[in-house]
Amino acid sequence: MNIVVCVKQVPDTWSERTLRESDSTLDRDAADAVINELDEYAIEEGLRLAEAHGGEVTILSMGPDRATEAIRKALSMGADKAVHLVDDALAGSDLLGTSAALAAVLGQIGFDLVILGSESTDARTGALPAMLAERLGVPQLSYASKVEVDGSAISIHRLADYGYDTVEATLPAVVSVVEKINEPRYPTFKGIMAAKKKPVQTMSLADAGIDPATVGLANAASEVTGWAKRPPRQAGTIVTDEGDGGAKAAGFLAERKFI
Amino acid sequence: MPRTAEPVGTDLLRIDDELSDEERLVRDTVRKFAADRIMPNIADWFEAGMLPKELAPELGRLGLLGMHLKGYGCAGMGPIAYGVTCREMEAADSGLRSLVSVQGSLAMFPIWKYGSEEQKNEWLPRMAAGEAIGCFGLTEPDHGSDPSSMKTHAVKDGTDWVLNGAKMWITNGSVADVAVVWATTEQGIRGFLLPRGTRGFTARNIHKKLSLRASVTSELHFDDVRLPADAVLPGVTGLKGPLSCLSEARFGIAWGVTGAARACLEAAIDYATTREQFGRKIGGFQLTQGKLAWMAADLQRAQLLALHLGRLKEAGQITPQQISLGKMSNVRTAIDIARTARTILGANGITLEYPVIRHANNLESVLTYEGTEEIHTLAIGQALTGISAYR
Repeated sequence: MNIVVCVKQVPDTWSERTLRESDSTLDRDAADAVINELDEYAIEEGLRLAEAHGGEVTILSMGPDRATEAIRKALSMGADKAVHLVDDALAGSDLLGTSAALAAVLGQIGFDLVILGSESTDARTGALPAMLAERLGVPQLSYASKVEVDGSAISIHRLADYGYDTVEATLPAVVSVVEKINEPRYPTFKGIMAAKKKPVQTMSLADAGIDPATVGLANAASEVTGWAKRPPRQAGTIVTDEGDGGAKAAGFLAERKFI
Repeated sequence: MPRTAEPVGTDLLRIDDELSDEERLVRDTVRKFAADRIMPNIADWFEAGMLPKELAPELGRLGLLGMHLKGYGCAGMGPIAYGVTCREMEAADSGLRSLVSVQGSLAMFPIWKYGSEEQKNEWLPRMAAGEAIGCFGLTEPDHGSDPSSMKTHAVKDGTDWVLNGAKMWITNGSVADVAVVWATTEQGIRGFLLPRGTRGFTARNIHKKLSLRASVTSELHFDDVRLPADAVLPGVTGLKGPLSCLSEARFGIAWGVTGAARACLEAAIDYATTREQFGRKIGGFQLTQGKLAWMAADLQRAQLLALHLGRLKEAGQITPQQISLGKMSNVRTAIDIARTARTILGANGITLEYPVIRHANNLESVLTYEGTEEIHTLAIGQALTGISAYR
């Protein structure tokens, strides 16, 4: 099985994140960069499926030069090879541009299964997997908390407020995963050493056959028109236990869909 | 109201930007492992005076054990990656860093460097995997800083060796599957490999420690232990054998203690920015800020020193005097930072609810083991003056 896992490098959620005054895009230099956390679950699921069914795991990342750090981590976890789509003209691409670019690369390198994290911790739209599936003309199985493959049949548990739905499709397909799906492995030191020798193919827009007029900030269909700093943290809510503390706590959690 | 801004973290000089991608990945991996597996339990392990045995294979799977050695199942990483690993382990606890140092630098290193091909194949892959634990026997009850006058001795009997004596303060001693034991012979000091269970070889734990409690410390006894000819490490004779192992381990300590110091500084900053007295955060008082500023400056100097030692070691140019300087200076810096952090945490600083007293107590051992502060001072004194103060 030819598995491609899409990986995005994002600013560390622990660091202070800001947008640039000049063009309202994310200031990526101002923060430490890490693999989008949910993408680690996607990588883990890809590795498990390849271990169970055979095949290769390819990492696909679109991002600046610095994204090689994220790619190296993914390869250290055990992925076989990587494709890095890097081109200055991609900067500031919105979802339509990003999905078009990734679809073009996927069309070139081929795939049986594409796995993504269900959203990124920077933009947090959660819409990329669906757009990608649509552009590729294949089924999308989203918010998976479990994935099973049997021959060309794939089925997932789609997480919902009330439990889960079982969703089935035929490969090739696009799957997005949630953090309940697995426990991502640590990159081992041998994995880190082995990653240095794994092939990383760098592609430009021209290499991938992507029309520059479809990507980048200037061609984005959506626009950031305004933004504000996060307000300072508010004092917490104090719930007084009058014999009903448990119920009140449960109500508080239920209201926020934690339980 | 005083003006406030987001704190910037303890790496003000961004020294970690000097690390390669690979070294940062090593750092993040060990940090995450420590956060997941060690930090939730370490205070309990320390209080109970134990270390769970299953940690060794977990560390082995990650590749920490013997990580700086090449071949035989070892990862073959560079000295800075090894230093960063020691730092991140010791940010969790010096006892856990000791486990990694002793296994990799004191037990595996002599087998890797001085062992026969058979000895390497027998022990190194299992030790790298954490399936076999090693210990290093040099210090004796009456011979610590002066190992050349050791009493443990081995004599030839036919082709066999017969070993007698005792070793003291041996990390991992009672849990070790193989002990690397240094003994005097007619030819000079030689290293011997003693598998656990060898007749006449016993290990007893040292109890009532108030430092490195999450680490096993033992005494080893050898009572007419008969060893075959191939138990000796063929590649080295003389004190340079054990001293070369100690150089490896001391390099890791110069890095490791910066982790313990960083953890103490972070705990102090965290406490100072939440604890209120006289209606304001204690981190807003000038006395507290003065302590924090000097702790940060001292820590960053220690980190630069460690990094510089790493560069020297990478270039194959490091000398024992340089390692002595790093061990002496960085452990002293770390223990001072730990003690100052304790004062910022006030009474809370003496409980295991916070990491500070645990680190401070651990560092008392680190100050003394692997060459006391005093002996390293004299080694540097000798390097500067050409005059030996103790021989």
